[in-house]
Amino acid sequence: MSQLKRAMVIAVAVVLGSAVSPAAAGDVERGKQVAQTCLACHGLDGAGNAAGGFPRLDGLNGDYLANQLQAFKNGTRKNPIMQPFAAPLGEQEMADVSAYYAALKRITGASSPVTGQAAVLGEKLALRGDWDRYLPPCAACHGPGNQGVGEAFPALAGQHASYIESQLRAWRAGTRTNDPLNLMLAIAERMSDADIKAVAAYLSAQPTH
Amino acid sequence: MNSKLLITAAASLALSGYALAAPKVPVQLPTPQAGHYLHQSPTLEQLEQDRDIHPELRKVIKRGYDIFMNTQQWRGKYVFNDMNCRTCHMGEGRKEWAAPVWPAITTLPDFRGKNGHVNSVEERIAGCFSYSMNGKPPPYGSDDMLALVAYHQWLAKGAPVYESQIAGRGFGKVSDPTEPADYGRGEKVFQASCAICHGRDGQGLKIGGEVQFPPLWGDGAYNWGAGLSRVDTAAAFVKHNMPLGQPGQLSDQDAWDVAYFVNAHERPQDPRFERSAKFTREKYLNFHRRTLYGTEVNGRVLGEHRNTGEKPFLKPDVLRPRTFE
Repeated sequence: MSQLKRAMVIAVAVVLGSAVSPAAAGDVERGKQVAQTCLACHGLDGAGNAAGGFPRLDGLNGDYLANQLQAFKNGTRKNPIMQPFAAPLGEQEMADVSAYYAALKRITGASSPVTGQAAVLGEKLALRGDWDRYLPPCAACHGPGNQGVGEAFPALAGQHASYIESQLRAWRAGTRTNDPLNLMLAIAERMSDADIKAVAAYLSAQPTH
Repeated sequence: MNSKLLITAAASLALSGYALAAPKVPVQLPTPQAGHYLHQSPTLEQLEQDRDIHPELRKVIKRGYDIFMNTQQWRGKYVFNDMNCRTCHMGEGRKEWAAPVWPAITTLPDFRGKNGHVNSVEERIAGCFSYSMNGKPPPYGSDDMLALVAYHQWLAKGAPVYESQIAGRGFGKVSDPTEPADYGRGEKVFQASCAICHGRDGQGLKIGGEVQFPPLWGDGAYNWGAGLSRVDTAAAFVKHNMPLGQPGQLSDQDAWDVAYFVNAHERPQDPRFERSAKFTREKYLNFHRRTLYGTEVNGRVLGEHRNTGEKPFLKPDVLRPRTFE
């Protein structure tokens, strides 16, 4: 590659790089202060609340979390509960509180037994997909055991089923539109209610490391 | 297949009580040509339930499936890059326009232009290992080769032998681009639509040593003898399969541009290499007229090196002529 070409590639990468990741690195100690407002629903340990539909945040990717706060603020995730919490946060505070939750030791859990459609349909969708309906498996992007891959593909294993269900419905209904390249919209709009229930139940029962 | 897919999807959605709206990201695949055979490969569920299959055969077919889905288990033995069969033969090797593997069973033995003689299905598979997997195949007639063939043949169940008009065979074709395929435009497409999984540097991603997203160039990718190094083949693969879950989403031009961009990067040597890349290109021009190998791109002749990646040899023994004399 010529010198000029190399410089251009680097310039493109830098521009793209700064567009994708938050500009500020998060501080865990400052983040813990910001998290005082979060702990009522998400817990200081990040466990969330299944009945309330509040997701686990423990050990999720920090950049992913910060992107979600931006999305609540700018409306690409329409959520009347999260919007007033995200709106007053500046970029640094978002990075800090995300870093706090990202740094939490993931609450480990063994798998729970899955029965019925969760075991059959849910496991199939999560691990093998249903290519006849053009549904690649969740694990193709969300990683081995659906433990998450970087900033773009969060961990699904052990996440509350109620939350996974609500997000799949949100993509399908168009109230969550912050998925890169419409990757989740394409998937969710091909899923039935039965698919959503089954895969959410399966994923929530998977072990977290 | 397209209309069949939509009808099936609509039916299942309607039955589940979900109101059907026009999809915002529709599956856009070519419509099968009239008169072409449209196959339905059996599923693994059917394999389990089919009482006519001997349990030993079921076991061997499942072994073939396991190899197909996790060919990396042979890393360092037969496979010397980051590929699995399923990496390119998507949907467990069953998917139209994603090079479904069952046609190899029903259309071989046949003459193949790539090596200039009649090939059996085992030799066809040997080609995949030699080029796409940058390695060498399990020996002809071995248990492992039999298992792979058994999986292919299971997928071919019911398909007519030597029927050549097959719907969804290979990756299909993309109409010639309006503008000639371009590296710079291809790079933009790559960074916008591909890098999120394949990495800004095209090196993919490993998690815990396992390949999550495959590399598209460099030592871990297919070598210069692989079918996917042909720009038209790569354009069709991308057009009909990528981004994952969104066939037909990229424009024809974007598919050509990014296929050019990916195949303008270095990768391990063509196992048929002799003397120089330019010489090898000329010798195998029937293949390489469709690749950038042996041509100058961005100031360098592609393939002018001795790099075989992780593979400790250049040419597997199976790559040899047959004369039937």
